[in-house]
Amino acid sequence: MAVLRYRPLNLGRWLLWGATAALFVLAPLVFTHGFALTMMTQMGTFIIFALSYNMLLGQGGMLSFGHAVYSGLGAYFTVHALNLIGKGALAFPVMLLPLVGGLAGLVFGVVFGYVTTRRAGTTFAMISLGIGELVHACVLMFPGFFGGEGGISTNRMVGKPFLGITFGPAIQVYYLVAAWCFACMVAMFALTQTPLGRMANAVRDNPERAEFVGYDTQKVRFLQLVLSAFFAGVSGALSCINFEIVTDENVSALRSGGVLLATFIGGTGFFFGPIVGSVVFVFFVVALSGFTQAWLLYLGLFFLAMVLYAPGGIASLVAMQLPVIRARRFGELALPYLLALAAGLVAFAGLVGAVEMVYRISDASLDTHMSLFGVGFDARSPRPWTAFGALLAAGLVALGFAARRVGERWGAIQGELQGNRA
Amino acid sequence: MEFFVVQLLNGISYGLLLFMLSSGLTLVFSLMGVLNFAHASFYMLGAYFAFQISTRIGFYPALVAAPLLVGGIGMLVERYGLRTVHRYGHVAELLFTFGLAYLIEEAVHLVWGRAAVEYRIPPSLEGPLFAVFTSQYPIYRGFMMLVSVAMLVSIWLALTRTRIGLVIQAALSHPQTVEALGHNVPRVFMLVFGGGAALAGLAGVIGGNAFVTEPGMAAAVGPIIFVVVVVGGMGSLAGAFVASLLIGCLQTFSVGLDWTLAGLFARFGWRVTADTPLASLWSIPLAQAAPVLPYLLMVLILIFRPRGLLGTREG
Amino acid sequence: MIKRALSTAAFAAAAALAAAGAWAETIRIAYIDPLSGPFANTGAQGLAEFQFYAQQLNKKGGVLGKKLEIVPFDNKVSPQESLNQLKRVQDEGIRYVTQGNSSAVALALSDAVAKYNERNPGKEIVYLNYAAVDPALTNDKCSFWHFRFDAAADMKMEALTAVMAKDKSITKVYIINQDYSFGHAVADSAVALLKRKRPDVQVVGNEFHPLGKVKDFAPYVAKIKASGAQAVITGNWGNDMSLLVKAGKEAGLNVDWYTFYAGGLGTPTAMGEAAAGRVKIVAEYHSNVANNKAAAWDAAYRKQAPKGNPDFYYLRGKNMFDMLVAAMNQAKSDDPKKVAYALEGMKTQGDLGELEMRKTDHQLIQPLYVFTLQKSAAHGGPKEAKIDMEHSGLAPVTDARVEGYVTATPTSCQMKRP
Repeated sequence: MAVLRYRPLNLGRWLLWGATAALFVLAPLVFTHGFALTMMTQMGTFIIFALSYNMLLGQGGMLSFGHAVYSGLGAYFTVHALNLIGKGALAFPVMLLPLVGGLAGLVFGVVFGYVTTRRAGTTFAMISLGIGELVHACVLMFPGFFGGEGGISTNRMVGKPFLGITFGPAIQVYYLVAAWCFACMVAMFALTQTPLGRMANAVRDNPERAEFVGYDTQKVRFLQLVLSAFFAGVSGALSCINFEIVTDENVSALRSGGVLLATFIGGTGFFFGPIVGSVVFVFFVVALSGFTQAWLLYLGLFFLAMVLYAPGGIASLVAMQLPVIRARRFGELALPYLLALAAGLVAFAGLVGAVEMVYRISDASLDTHMSLFGVGFDARSPRPWTAFGALLAAGLVALGFAARRVGERWGAIQGELQGNRA
Repeated sequence: MEFFVVQLLNGISYGLLLFMLSSGLTLVFSLMGVLNFAHASFYMLGAYFAFQISTRIGFYPALVAAPLLVGGIGMLVERYGLRTVHRYGHVAELLFTFGLAYLIEEAVHLVWGRAAVEYRIPPSLEGPLFAVFTSQYPIYRGFMMLVSVAMLVSIWLALTRTRIGLVIQAALSHPQTVEALGHNVPRVFMLVFGGGAALAGLAGVIGGNAFVTEPGMAAAVGPIIFVVVVVGGMGSLAGAFVASLLIGCLQTFSVGLDWTLAGLFARFGWRVTADTPLASLWSIPLAQAAPVLPYLLMVLILIFRPRGLLGTREG
Repeated sequence: MIKRALSTAAFAAAAALAAAGAWAETIRIAYIDPLSGPFANTGAQGLAEFQFYAQQLNKKGGVLGKKLEIVPFDNKVSPQESLNQLKRVQDEGIRYVTQGNSSAVALALSDAVAKYNERNPGKEIVYLNYAAVDPALTNDKCSFWHFRFDAAADMKMEALTAVMAKDKSITKVYIINQDYSFGHAVADSAVALLKRKRPDVQVVGNEFHPLGKVKDFAPYVAKIKASGAQAVITGNWGNDMSLLVKAGKEAGLNVDWYTFYAGGLGTPTAMGEAAAGRVKIVAEYHSNVANNKAAAWDAAYRKQAPKGNPDFYYLRGKNMFDMLVAAMNQAKSDDPKKVAYALEGMKTQGDLGELEMRKTDHQLIQPLYVFTLQKSAAHGGPKEAKIDMEHSGLAPVTDARVEGYVTATPTSCQMKRP
């Protein structure tokens, strides 16, 4: 039996939320470069999207392949609202437009959720995929509302400026996104603490038992999806305000797959997992793609490695350390971790070298001379191949060794901790 | 009449190709519970391997070797990937194949480039097979039908008449018992996954030159074969067969028909004009909406008959 | 290069340094097109040709004593990602942008460039469009900062129908297009122009199919066949183009194909012999044109061309840079605003005839060619079919040259000048 605990003030939690808020406020003061701001704005919108996705996957156990439908349709309705404001036909503050997107997402959540949430598990995944394809195809079929493949563009500098905020400069958009992101984070976290959030967990873990207790699992899934669709719509609206354009890509399978990747990489088992995942994912897509053609391969490899070795995502790796830290035993793990990190970096350098050389050779439009890590070489000559191959092999061997040490130490500490508890 | 016969033949041959693709998927799903997102990627690999082999040796060796190669890759994937993630549950398995699909596509980009490759129909299979009134029916389409029917028959025979087939069927429903009887169930899984991949590879060998062999081909067929599997009933081979033909014919015939909802309404005396709400929806001709119909069918099936046409279990 | 990726902050610093004027002696042009993903091949073609141009120009001393540099940005053919890359371009202080693949991207870019220029006077960016042909870009959505060097879809259709009108054996025409704005633009102008030029020709079908979603074109071919058409007009590109022609050949469909994009980037390879003698294309250039003053340039490109993009494809790219350089020389400055004013209305002599950047809408008026793919001379085709496309054995042979004034369609553009 769980004992109800009453705590007047969860100090840790307040500190954490406070720090998050401070991070949102201060980040643009540290990363002042325009491109960093662009990226952070996108991270903000993506965080909402991924968190809303995790309401399905992590909290409700529903694997969706069509979540972009809700954010995308939310974005389409926002763009029309924004254009109406521009024409003077509608008086509505731009700042609150995400509500329009959220509402649109919610309505479509009700419509599609009625169909999709009748089933759970694999069937749910399949239906969501089908609905995603259906909506995407329809978006291209009705150019009157969706603007065809060109999408619908808009201008966010409309309406009367409020306190001098016109949303012209990118920094104002960033703070708009940051504010909404923070509010949505709080709201979604609060939702996990409500009876509905708890019931969603129960339905995820054991639908039969939940049914026996008297809950309608279908209704729980439905409510969870509708709420999740609302937040997805909010994120769609924010991306519409940020980009000033909405295209069919907003509802595409690629977007749906992206949010799945991001959420999973971050970790579905923890509330903050998708936040971490979004930051990593947006970095991969937006920043890394500017440096290397192979970004998709790196992302794929990273994702597979996570599925194989850390299915709980980055968040679970972090959370696993908490009890050790709390027991003040982290120091014992520090050295093996450092070793593993160093070995991993060596292996990673070897991998990056090999991958970049392969891309260089396969891309016939470039000559094979290249430079990596500040060293210039010809990708067709054997020497760099041996070098990077050796790095990779040595790194992997060392990583295996280090991993074993980590495992031993980890097992020992866990054993002792559990012994103490017993 | 000519139009009808030609469309019927087209529908059947397209349906049979869909069946070749979905049979492997549904086999793997029914046995292992794994929805293989990389299934279409195996189809693509089959086409590329066949291209490579047929330019070196010839088409007929490729017809045998390429599926075997793909099947081998499938077995490796099962042994070193899926088996590891199996303990994390079906979602992890699904995600693994999802990530694998990304990787295979990148690998294909790297090895064969990003444009279409010149994978041609062999000269011996080129030309018309017979004429339907004035239209020709190509030999190659006949060949496609032949191969997939042969495949259907041999899968059925293998599952019902051979020892390994019976073990597979038993492992499907009672894995523990089969294991207790001394059969190596993980190896059966590996074989089945490899077999499923090989079937997709075979579809790639004969689909790759009938259509176009390029890196986007996996993404193009991926969603539709899931539709086939869902409509037919998850894990039902016969269901997949029926659903493939149904969807093949549905898509083919709807292309030929310029019906609109507006036309239908007009029969009941409602006139749709430009001012009618959602006018563009009512006046989309069926032909234009053809490729969307399978998804619509799938949604309808899931609402009214959630286990699919011939499925025996739900979800 | 990867090391930098490890830290955005480091990247930001590097970019800021670059912006601060480390490149003062170069004129940079941002090339925003797909460089990864399914359309990477298309993006690689333009990049290879433009970099070749920059290399040739820099050998001769560049422009205004400065070097020309093409800086690639990968937009994954997504309008949204293009805007991301545009922000990056702005952050790095690049003032010229060129793009061509997808009208959707072009419309987004043109709109974003105009907005940026309005919000950031003194930092204007000029957008040079080398291949996006949606007529809207030079009509109701025209912008002072956008210049199009390719003929718009309706202009190309003028040229195609001019050739078609002369073929008296054609009495029935079937139109099939991808269901999106560009496909509709092609269909609309085809119907309108046929009505004007050949009122006796019957349009027996005007079909739209979803973009890139059709795997089997046999049913469409059966429909075309049943309609009895002798010619098919299509703006299809990529797989939708090659699959359509292949399905036609399989079913023994005996028609001529009047197309926009069957001429390059993998399509000739994919269509194969099915296309020989059957597929007509409209473009501003092909390698076997008569009196080809660009022949030497074409040959020089081929000599050093990357394996994946062996053909010289974009004469309009060369035209674009020639005119840009001329405009800079005329303005005696590389300031985008001044260059834009010099560029509009400019008339020059190109390799294949007169070029005019029409002042009213910033649309280049240039001669166009309609040509047919034939088996190349080496494969037993006509002797004009010297140079084949992508080593496919298919070579272009001219049917007709259509002068610029014939293709110059009127515009509804109401240009707002700064």
